[in-house]
Amino acid sequence: MNAGNDNGLKRAHFDKVRLPVLLLLPQLTILLLFFFIPSLRALTQAFLLSDPFGNSVQFVGFDNFRQLLASEVYRESVQVTVVFTLAQNALTIAAALVLAFASDRVIRGKGLYKSIILLPYAIAPVIAGILWAFLFNPAVGPLAQLLRGAGVAWDPNRNGTDAMVLVVLAASWKHICYDYIFLLAGLLAIPSSLMEAAAVDGARPLRRFFTIGLPLLGPTLFFLAVMNFVYGFFEVFAIIHAVTRGGPAGATNVMVYKVFTDGFVNLDLGSSAAQSVILMAFALVMTLLQFRYVERNVNYDS
Amino acid sequence: MVERTPLLNAACHAILLGGVAMVVLPLYLAFVAGSLTLDQVQEVPLPWVPAGHFLDNARTAWQSAHFNRLFLNSFIVAVGITVGKIAVSLLSAFAITYFRFPFRMTAFWLIFVSLMLPIEVRISPTYESVANAALPLQWLAELLHVADGWRALTGHQVEIALEWNMVNTYPGLILPLIASASATFLFRQFFLTVPEELCEAARLDGASPMRFFWTILLPLSRSNIAALAIILFLYGWNQYLWPLLFTTDADMATAVIGLTKLVPKADSLPAWNVAMCAALLTLLPPVIVVAVLQRSFVKGLVDSSK
Repeated sequence: MNAGNDNGLKRAHFDKVRLPVLLLLPQLTILLLFFFIPSLRALTQAFLLSDPFGNSVQFVGFDNFRQLLASEVYRESVQVTVVFTLAQNALTIAAALVLAFASDRVIRGKGLYKSIILLPYAIAPVIAGILWAFLFNPAVGPLAQLLRGAGVAWDPNRNGTDAMVLVVLAASWKHICYDYIFLLAGLLAIPSSLMEAAAVDGARPLRRFFTIGLPLLGPTLFFLAVMNFVYGFFEVFAIIHAVTRGGPAGATNVMVYKVFTDGFVNLDLGSSAAQSVILMAFALVMTLLQFRYVERNVNYDS
Repeated sequence: MVERTPLLNAACHAILLGGVAMVVLPLYLAFVAGSLTLDQVQEVPLPWVPAGHFLDNARTAWQSAHFNRLFLNSFIVAVGITVGKIAVSLLSAFAITYFRFPFRMTAFWLIFVSLMLPIEVRISPTYESVANAALPLQWLAELLHVADGWRALTGHQVEIALEWNMVNTYPGLILPLIASASATFLFRQFFLTVPEELCEAARLDGASPMRFFWTILLPLSRSNIAALAIILFLYGWNQYLWPLLFTTDADMATAVIGLTKLVPKADSLPAWNVAMCAALLTLLPPVIVVAVLQRSFVKGLVDSSK
């Protein structure tokens, strides 16, 4: 990079004080009002106990956290979140990898395939959820009818596993395109001389993919895993809210959904804030990981 | 690389056709369901060819969800987020890359930190802030005992009750979603690659900083701005959690929220035909944007994730 000096200032720059402060003002005001103050309040609320109407507030230290960790419902929610994100991650990456490999090989129709496979990115998670809720609706859904025909007693309204399968499918369907575009870009960035050398040595395409392509995609795969976890933790809220509402019997009550129900439905602000803080810590770790590895990952311009 | 692998090529086409089917089939089935009558949509098995009622159902959906108003809201919110975020980000990226001033690095780090927490983890305090954006001012006033000081000075008792409620307003829907600095970093990265000579030449010619910004930097950033605009439009249109908290006034809801009200519940009429029509209508604007502006879209997606 031809950056001026190491702290991100251009070598040719302006020595003024008032103008840059004015330029920064809109951004910093918005951040202060809607980012820093709310984040700090979430942090302080986590250590307070307040009644739902906000009449009395009491400092309780780590009690909210202690109660959370002791709560069976919360542990279940953590478990559900882990199962969900792992399943979603595995499904998304595997499908995207296969599709990216195939796209990289074909010549005819490549652009058209790519355009269609990318479309779900434009679709809201909640709409993806509603589409899949319909397809798998036990009464009218065509895919549920197929399953019934095959002798599977499918009912995501009663069976927790079925509900989980449903939200994983909906979430993955929407997100495969994201992993796909990054993997395809990663494959295109591999120097063709490497592949040619291997071909001259007699390695067939599949073997070249597994011994050269896949290892070189390592950083991209890591980056995508992080991004998938972030997606699975936070953006899945819409799907859960529209499709299962955390049910049946808490089978899809992921952490970000529980934060919402505890805060806005049960009005248990202290517990909700404590859960927020735990999620914040997670988001922080994920972002740091992403920054750590993203620097090696910048040559995608195709 | 030229290599004869007819079998593998056929397999690759099969895989890609499978991928295409995976994307298209749910949309096609939604279209079929959307074209049926209420009786037909409950038939087992569901027909696989569309009937002729799509426009009727679309009209029903459009009217019963008040989509006139909600689509307008969605457009205002999506465009507001896009324009707002790009504008504040361009200005602050310009400030931190092209100016030397005290606390430059502090500003940089304040902006940097905001990348780390998605809005989902701070919804309830953010809601409070929007319900009364003057809350911090009031808090500060109480902390500094402004009222007591005023009374001591003048003998008058004043009640400090600032309130600035943004619930059910466009700024309330838009501003909290602008409050993250991803776009600032995208522009900063780009500005760092702009040749130094351009700025030097502008300064030698006696151009003011803002003139350099408008006549040189902004035109150079055009393709980055376009790419980012697409991503931000989708982001704005598809928001769910934040508008959901704001639907106390049905007229301020967005299209995506209105759609969920049409989805049949367990004890209501299973009007999936209308719901599927509504779903297809709601997903159409962002899908058209992506389909038409494909090239910029991919660039924006890859850039904004860096």
